[in-house]
Amino acid sequence: MRLSTQIDIAAKSATVWDTITDPTQQLHFMHGITRWEVAGPIDRGVGARYRLLMRVGSAEVGSLIEVVEAVEQRDMAWVSVTGLDQRGRWRLRERANGARTHVEFRLSYGVAGAGFFGFVAERVAAPQVQRHLNRSLQQLKRQIEHEQLRRDAAARRAARERASVA
Amino acid sequence: MTPDPSTVPRSPNGRSTSGPPTPAQPPAADAGQGGANPVTALAGLAGRLGGRAARAVTGAVAGRIPRADLDERDPDFIRDNLPRLWLLSSLWFRGEVRGLGNVPDEGPALLVGNHSGGNMTPDTLVLTLAFSTYFGVERRFHSLAHNLVLSAPGLGMLRKFGTVAASPANLKTALDSGAALLVYPGGDHEVHRSSFERHTVDFAGRRGFVREALRHDVPIVPVVSIGGQETAFFLARGDRLARTLGLDRLLRLKVLPISLALPWGLNVGDFGGHIPLPAKIVIEVLPPIHLRDEFGPEPDVDEVYEHVVRLMQETLDALAAERRFPILG
Repeated sequence: MRLSTQIDIAAKSATVWDTITDPTQQLHFMHGITRWEVAGPIDRGVGARYRLLMRVGSAEVGSLIEVVEAVEQRDMAWVSVTGLDQRGRWRLRERANGARTHVEFRLSYGVAGAGFFGFVAERVAAPQVQRHLNRSLQQLKRQIEHEQLRRDAAARRAARERASVA
Repeated sequence: MTPDPSTVPRSPNGRSTSGPPTPAQPPAADAGQGGANPVTALAGLAGRLGGRAARAVTGAVAGRIPRADLDERDPDFIRDNLPRLWLLSSLWFRGEVRGLGNVPDEGPALLVGNHSGGNMTPDTLVLTLAFSTYFGVERRFHSLAHNLVLSAPGLGMLRKFGTVAASPANLKTALDSGAALLVYPGGDHEVHRSSFERHTVDFAGRRGFVREALRHDVPIVPVVSIGGQETAFFLARGDRLARTLGLDRLLRLKVLPISLALPWGLNVGDFGGHIPLPAKIVIEVLPPIHLRDEFGPEPDVDEVYEHVVRLMQETLDALAAERRFPILG
């Protein structure tokens, strides 16, 4: 089953990239995720492994995933090593001369060999997983834009203080 | 249905060491003198036939009990069946499992649960699914079950899920392999308790799990579930009936439960199972109890038993307080 969602964030792609590749940030914006741990010697980039769990229906469904593609500020893709079969991708593209970033999140999942019940379960789970993805991107947008706002406000405050001192 | 493994007399190969019961012997004087007293001769004949039937049943069951072979657990089989379990657990039982992170990430652990739902135990299904998706099917997870469960036709698949016959030998093998092992000390006594006692943890004083945890030096992880006893209306255990019919000696069955269940209506014995009502199942996994850390180098079995039961009862009371309606949850 393949799901995807997208959103525009008013921030540079470098800022978005830093957030989505930071393992300590995942639990802050990923909806439905109950566990996200680094499982290996490196914590980001190609070869990084994470153990993640997402609540779907009555179970926390998880995988050990490995990042297999990382193009700085553009694409990051992963596949599962154990657990639920999945592959996913973050796709970032700059808009408005770099002032905004178009973010797309794709996720394919399934249980190979599960037959008819696997087919049904994938479709029954799809609305809930789709909701998790949508809310994750909305939270990512809120988080990044809010931080951006605070950084801009802090810069303006500092400028005002410098002006008043002068 | 899992009996307390330490209370079951068993040989090292996992089979019951108690032989078939000796049927009531007819009076010797009448046995070889048919016609001396027709009534007594008939009684003797009935006794002999009853004895043969009893031996036949015992032999049939004993012959069907598989040897404990932990390698029968098949991760690929479990993985292929997870979607089926997930559908059943999510849509029918609206299962909810909390605190699985309390199970130690590695190494053996003795998961001790309260048992509900008659012979169709939804709590085991929901927990097995949750454990397998949480830790992955690669992590060894076994459960001990009553001989009758493993020998029942059509339930051979349970062995692929890692279920083995309840015995001290199997428990040792499972824990030595580093598995998380699920036991239900209350066994058939608890699983068939009346629906009026559905919010009671009742291990019938079976302390074997504490002794085994101490012997193998593994933590006890209490697992409390609610909702299973609402999947049918359980009227009585029928323990006196079971004793009267000699089922305790024949089949290690201490109960002959009587319930109102689908599709039978009045269901005596629950041997054919039943269609469980779609009661919401909630399971809470409590933090592990490291016995020697908490109770000293030589823990008192009674004290540990009371502690575990009290913790589980308090959690069950809290879960019951959350529950607004039977079945709906």
